Parts: sequence; structure tokens; C-alpha cells
Amino acid sequence: MTTIDIDHTSRWFGNVVAVNDVTMTIGPGVTGLLGPNGAGKSTLINMMGGFLAPSTGTVTLDGEQIWRNESVYKKIGIVPEREAMYDFLTGREFVVANAELHGLGAREAGQALATVEMEYAQDRKIQTYSKGMRQRVKMASALVHNPSVLLLDEPFNGMDPRQRMQLMNLLRRMGAEGRTVLFSSHILEEVEQLASHIEVIVAGRHAASGDFRKIRRLMTDRPHRYLIRSSDDRALAAALIADPSTAGIEVDLKEGALRIQAVDFGRFTTLLPQVAQANGIRLLTVSPSDESLESVFSYLVAA
Amino acid sequence: MYNPTVARLTYRALLGRRRAAILFVLPALLIVISVAVRSFSGADDQVAADLLGSFALATMVPLIGVIAGTGAIGPEIDDGSIVYLLAKPVKRSTIIFTKLIVAIAVTMAFSAIPTLIAGFILNGNGQQIAIAYTVAALVASIAYAAVFLLLGTVTRHAVVFGLVYALVWESLFGNLVPGARTLSVQQWSLALAQKIGENDVISSDVGLPLAVVLLVGVTVAATWYAGQKLRTLKLAGEE
Repeated sequence: MTTIDIDHTSRWFGNVVAVNDVTMTIGPGVTGLLGPNGAGKSTLINMMGGFLAPSTGTVTLDGEQIWRNESVYKKIGIVPEREAMYDFLTGREFVVANAELHGLGAREAGQALATVEMEYAQDRKIQTYSKGMRQRVKMASALVHNPSVLLLDEPFNGMDPRQRMQLMNLLRRMGAEGRTVLFSSHILEEVEQLASHIEVIVAGRHAASGDFRKIRRLMTDRPHRYLIRSSDDRALAAALIADPSTAGIEVDLKEGALRIQAVDFGRFTTLLPQVAQANGIRLLTVSPSDESLESVFSYLVAA
Repeated sequence: MYNPTVARLTYRALLGRRRAAILFVLPALLIVISVAVRSFSGADDQVAADLLGSFALATMVPLIGVIAGTGAIGPEIDDGSIVYLLAKPVKRSTIIFTKLIVAIAVTMAFSAIPTLIAGFILNGNGQQIAIAYTVAALVASIAYAAVFLLLGTVTRHAVVFGLVYALVWESLFGNLVPGARTLSVQQWSLALAQKIGENDVISSDVGLPLAVVLLVGVTVAATWYAGQKLRTLKLAGEE
């Protein structure tokens, strides 16, 4: 049982506040750190990994300060986002070097390479690896000392679906074994598929925390805005406003479209085609107008 | 204090880069020039001392020191791959000390050995000139490696600063401003060469006791400070 405690932690770079008074506890199992790009996820992970000092507050591993404390790396394995590795080494040489730095050897390195299924390419130079292969060798280097905490910064970036699936299975297994696995992502679906617990960071602030259903509900229960064009906008507007799933409709004469605010996302998406069909209206355009992650996240912050 | 894995990675990174070509080019150039000088003008003690002093000690040793010292850590900090060393239960001072040993060894190998060979080619070690400059190159290698390793940990422009120090400060200012010579690794190491060389064919602007104190002091201080910098090295800042 290893936990990371972040207590009233802030971090600023000059005038820019990257992390703003965040308090959270990361325990065993898989936790997803979700937030849009530039939200402060990497800064948080870097503080948890001991590569950045908090400006205020504390970041501890089982009560032990992480910053300037090399001994915590006996328990922590880190998979950085950056691509740079020792490209002139082969995969095996790289993982063996990482094992040796933990006082271990080729046997443990071999096991770690087997865990990530990279034995087949272990004697090739890292510079010849694809993004996914690099990611897996990074994983092997982080797992080589069997750490109880695994920190991964945007591990799925640039991976193809098969590699993504493999890595997800591996992380699930790590979580099920009782390890504390934390990964960051800006993609909700990724986090939802993998994490049992989600921490949401928006603009440096801790916006939400909980299991994915709770977060999903927060995200889907917000008013959704749509831009709709149809063969008869006014008739469609009249039919939709009669249902409680629609909170407001504006007829945008300039655009020749309806701007609709739906409050019950699930109900509205089923209702719209039914209403159109029942009234003999053809739907020409249905486009969500605020689906960008930023708007979803900013709604969460306000929630 | 010394970690063989860190050393292995550092050696391979240092000698595997394109920049490492200069490590081979400069000593080769020294040997070629020495052979040419010897065949054209015969064995001449003063010519030997001048060539070893101006090319080997004043130019080659600091340049190789810059490449080895900054190259032992700078590129890893630049591209972030140093994270794989830092995220280990290895003391940061051990990482710095190991990298210093590697930088010293590489600087010595590529500067002191060619200096010795060139000295023997030039005048067959007459007046102990070859040995004197070799010792100076060995000693200077230690100080340069430490100073440039520190530069590699504190700035991303370590090579530029290193070259400015080696070429502008030591060579240019050293020639124009006598005071600048007191603060010059080259002059400190020359103080040792002066002691070894016979008949005052080699001279330094710094006395031997002061030179030794400064060499040791700078090496220790630079290494200690590099260790401190590495302990608080911040890898983040992309956001």
C-alpha cells in the first residue's frame, strides 16, 4: 500500500501559476489524471516524480518528502512523456542499464522486457524503434525494480490502437496487483477505459475527483449546445421545445439555423431524430457547438 | 562515489556523437604538424616548447576539455534523457563524480597522450619538454573537465561559454591583459610544466604553490557545485 499525498500544493513559473493549491491523494489502483493540454498535469507529475519542487505545499510518498530524496525511487517507476532516451543503446542495453542503477541485473531486465513484450526487438538500437516500441521500453525501464508506484505522463500519445490496448491491459494488471498507477491524459475516453479513479485538473486547479461515472455525469449533464439545420426549422423548434430535454431554442436568421440548448443529453439525442421523423422534417445539419474539451472542462470547473 | 553504469552510458554518449570527431581531429592535427616541423627544421627545443605551449596546451587541451566536460552531461540535460539517471536511488553527487571521472579520462586520453607523442616527435623529450607539457596537459584536463562539466549543468549554452572561456579568455585576454593570466587553467598547469622543464625553457605567470591551490580549489568547487545543481535540476517547464 503506497500512497502519494499532495497537500495544498502550488507551483508557479515566474508569473504563471501552473498548479494552484491542489490537494489530492493517489492510492493503489489505476488513477487517471485528466485535463486539457497545458492544465498542469505534467507539472503535477513532475512534482510527484521529484523533478520539480512545489512552490508551496508538500508532495509526499508514504509520508516521506519526494523532492531531493533519491531513496523514493526504490518505490517509484517513471515513464516520462519526453521521447529522448539513450538512442544509441539497444532496448536490452537500456533496460539493463536501468536495472543496474537499481542494483539489479540482466535477469530483472529480461523479465521487464518480457512483461512489455519487447523481447523480439530487444537487440535493435532504440533509434530504430517506433513510438509504441519506445513507450514499451520506457515502461520496461520503469518496471525493472518492481516499483509499487508507477507514474506515466501521457503514455498513450502517438500509440496505435493495438499498442494502446496492450499498454492499457498492462496498466490494468499493475493496478489489480495493488500498485499505485497514475497516468495523465487529455482524452476522456482513454481515462474512462482504464482508470477506476479520476482526478481532473483544469487551468492548474483540481476541478473534480471520483470514479468515472461521476465525472461522466458531470460532463454529460451540462447544457449541450447544438447547431441544427433542417427542412423546416420553425416546426422542428416548436416540436422540440415541448420536451423538457430542451431548455432553449434560438432561430438564427443570419445562419439559417437553430441554436438549441439541451439539458438532458441522453434524452435529447434520442428525441431529435424521432421528432424529425414524426413531423416529416429532414435534418440537414446537426453539429454540437461546444464539444471542445476545453468547454467540457471549463464546465466542470464551474460545477 | 563512482557508478560503473553511469560511466558506461557517459562514455558511449560522449564517443558516439558526431561532436566526438573533434576529439580525434585535433590530436591528429598536432601529430601531423609535429612531424612536419621536425622534418623541416629538425629537433629544436624552443620550437618544441612553442608548439606544445601554443597549440597543445593553449588550444587543444581546453577544446577537448569543452567537448568532454560539457558533452558528459549537457546533451542529456538538454534532451531530458537524464531523467533515467535521476529517477534512480543513486546519489546525485555520485552521478556528477562519475561523469567527472569520465570527462577527465577522455580529456587526458585525447590531449595528454598526443602531447607526449608530439613532444617526443619534436625533440625527443629534450630538456624534459615532452614530459613537462604532458604533465601540464594531465593536470589541466582535470580542472577543465570539472569547470566545463559544471557549465554543462548550469547552462544550455555550455559549449559556447566553454569556447569563449577557452579561446577568448585564456588566449586573447591572456595575451593582452597580464592579470587575466592569473585566472587561467593554462597558466596554472604551466607552473607545473615550468618546474619539470629544464633551463627555463617553459615559463608561467603563476607561482607553483598558488597554481596548485587554484587548480585543486577550482576542481573541487566546480564539482561540488555541479552536484548541488543536479540535486535541484528541474526537468519540467514545458507547460
